[in-house]
Amino acid sequence: MENSLDACEVQRSPPNIYLRLSEVAASETGSNVYTLRIEDNGTGVPSEEIPRCFGQVFYGSKYELKQARGTFGLGGTITILYGQITTHKPVDVISSTGTEIHEYRMMIDIEHNSPMILEHNVVENKKKWRGTVVELQLEGDYSRIKSRLLEYLKQTAMVSPYADITFVDPSGRLFRYERGTERMPPLPESVKPHPHGIDVENFRRLIAVTNAKNMYDFMVDHFQGVGPTTAERFLKEAKINPKAKPTTLRPEDIVKLVRAAREYNDFKRPDPSCLSPIGEELLETGIRKELDLTDEDFLRVVTRKPSTYLGFPFIVEAAIAHGKSVSRQFKSGTTIIRFANRIPLLFDESSGVVWKVVNRNINWSTYKVSSDTPLAVVVHVCSTKIPYKTVGKEYLADQPEVEREITNAIRTAARFLRVYIARSIRVARERRRLDIFSKYLPKIAEFSAKLSDRDDFPNIEPLLKVVSATIPEVEKKIKEVSTIAGETT
Amino acid sequence: MQEKPRRESDRQREATEVSLRQLGNLIYEQIQNREFPWVMMQSRSTDNIIYDPELRQYILGSRTIRRHARNIRHIRPFTQLVWTAWFAKELVSLRKTSTLREVYYSARGQRDIEFSGQQESDNIITDLEVALNKPREDFGIFPEERSAIFGDLTIEYTVPGYEGRRMNLTDHPDGVMIGPALTSSEFVETSADKVLVIEKGAMFTRLIEENAHERFNALMIHTAGQSPRSTRSIIHRLNSKFKLPVYIFTDGDPWGVHIAMVIVSGSANAAHLRGLATPEAKWIGVWASDIIDYKLPTENLTETDLKRLKELKDDPRYTEEPWQREIDQFLKIEKKAELEAFSRYGLTYIVDEYLPAKLETA
Repeated sequence: MENSLDACEVQRSPPNIYLRLSEVAASETGSNVYTLRIEDNGTGVPSEEIPRCFGQVFYGSKYELKQARGTFGLGGTITILYGQITTHKPVDVISSTGTEIHEYRMMIDIEHNSPMILEHNVVENKKKWRGTVVELQLEGDYSRIKSRLLEYLKQTAMVSPYADITFVDPSGRLFRYERGTERMPPLPESVKPHPHGIDVENFRRLIAVTNAKNMYDFMVDHFQGVGPTTAERFLKEAKINPKAKPTTLRPEDIVKLVRAAREYNDFKRPDPSCLSPIGEELLETGIRKELDLTDEDFLRVVTRKPSTYLGFPFIVEAAIAHGKSVSRQFKSGTTIIRFANRIPLLFDESSGVVWKVVNRNINWSTYKVSSDTPLAVVVHVCSTKIPYKTVGKEYLADQPEVEREITNAIRTAARFLRVYIARSIRVARERRRLDIFSKYLPKIAEFSAKLSDRDDFPNIEPLLKVVSATIPEVEKKIKEVSTIAGETT
Repeated sequence: MQEKPRRESDRQREATEVSLRQLGNLIYEQIQNREFPWVMMQSRSTDNIIYDPELRQYILGSRTIRRHARNIRHIRPFTQLVWTAWFAKELVSLRKTSTLREVYYSARGQRDIEFSGQQESDNIITDLEVALNKPREDFGIFPEERSAIFGDLTIEYTVPGYEGRRMNLTDHPDGVMIGPALTSSEFVETSADKVLVIEKGAMFTRLIEENAHERFNALMIHTAGQSPRSTRSIIHRLNSKFKLPVYIFTDGDPWGVHIAMVIVSGSANAAHLRGLATPEAKWIGVWASDIIDYKLPTENLTETDLKRLKELKDDPRYTEEPWQREIDQFLKIEKKAELEAFSRYGLTYIVDEYLPAKLETA
């Protein structure tokens, strides 16, 4: 699923993704066997790449960095592996890059971590279809994970508003997440790693593949923000001979270098062009569509400027939604929705940094928010390296820089919320006043007429006009708050 | 049809109708002039209730307030005021009467005007009294009846169906209930030369049985506790029309003392009204000194009693004698006695000994 979205974004065509889960066999333990089918209209995978792409774990190695969805870089294959372990059934992969269609049936040779092709057919592609279909069997319990799965799909649709997602569940029920726009965010560029962010293992791998003849060239070739002068100064500071051949470095030299790189402060700041934030406009579209917000509801999206932690660039995007639609969908109070590189984070909410920011750092009463005000707080962190707290990769660690950016983003959105709530309170008060006047003035008219023995009631319209005069003005002001375009903080 | 002389009660009813209609006109025209309607009235807040030593009663000060329909907090009571005025006009023109309780219930079903409780509706009625400077009895609104009158007084009814019919108040041995019909009747004649006001029904009945009205040549009124306004109004009328001196007998405790005082000087609640107080009326028992002099069986004063006595001592209505002297005496002996305490000396003792003695010295 995540790989499909990535593939479509690379191709710059709005993704159509179809997922189907159907029950193959029920078991007594409550765990059933399902067939999972995923179809996309992405780039397709070249025939020769298919076996390794889908049949080998840890395929591909990254020497350059750019933001991608995959949290581990092995999501797809691990699913196939899981399916194979639990059901011992092969996986079918059908893909086309626009020419002929390739159909593979294969298994993973777990011992050697290599693909085993069972069948390979080439089919004519008359309709010029492009995309990938993966079908596999796996064991699981749909009824237990149903709500999580739907939540996952809804949130994925929220941060990918240009994607059209269809899901058919084992009971045949259809879930549609229609696209809200054809527009797609710009693609991230690939960049070299920043010296602050390199670790010993990656450094060692770079040395193994480099063509550089000496350490000076090595530094300039493989790192961003390192020019000839910086390279020279840094190597001197790190006490490494610039003329040394990279392959001659001893392990202790590498450790020394990595440590020195972290402490050296004169590198250029990490380059954020490898990041792909969703952008205020697209994120607004996605949230509006998936939370069913109306024009009367409040929504403010904030995309912060790029920042860095430990040599990794990152961008925080945050949004606050408030209004009747929010209170209909969630329990009262604040609901947190988290994303890392456009992947929904569904677990361990209260351990994550966003929870800490929302519940500890921000004093909501400043923004006229009380404990039962219906709020949805959306936070998206994108980075070449998401600061996960644990290997489970389910929640974000409280890196001070990241925490500060999240706090600032939410505060910025909340400032607009405060204006909106203040004006809503005012318009509600004006309405209540008008209600009261329109309740009592007719009675006064009626009984003053009866009291003075007249048949006609006096005309109260001019008085009601006076009372209602301020309402349209305040309502207009509220509308202004929720339109985000062009406003600066 | 025979031409009848115009009675006081007819004139009064017409005047009431006119002022109610004027109130309606005022509000109607304010609205037609694109103005949020309002009425001026004297403020009834405690700082505007002043004791007037000349009149010997509470009066309202000069501060006025404007009940304004533009004010979001005023508009509901304002609307209720207009409704109540209309309701009063219906009563007056149909020559019907109603009780405070009935007014409260009549507003039920009038959406948005409905009173949240009797307290609210009573308050609006008082507003109407203040705004039009008329007692609610003029609007045909009376409290629940509970007090009674007995003695040689001839009255002539003015209520529909009874107009011109006369009755002598000795006709009924239980006394005649002081209701709207009696309140609105004309007092024709009396042979009595004084009025005895008694706090309690049991003692009132005893006095009738003992022929006290003949022995003392008195009209007797039973207030049933704190006397209703209609009863105070009748006491006032008997005092001013027939120049009858008024003597008040209450229990010998702070509450009895105050029942007497309200007859004499009126209450703060009715500061906007005249014709309810009878400053010449005399409280002649049961005094604290009576408790000592007659060796009456007593009970101890409670904490609440003592607290009340101290309040009364500082009340501007209580500056004169015998009030101050008797309050001090109560505080000293810390005892109280009810009217019934005289039964200790036999059922007729109060009529044979106590009352003659007290009236003698009064």
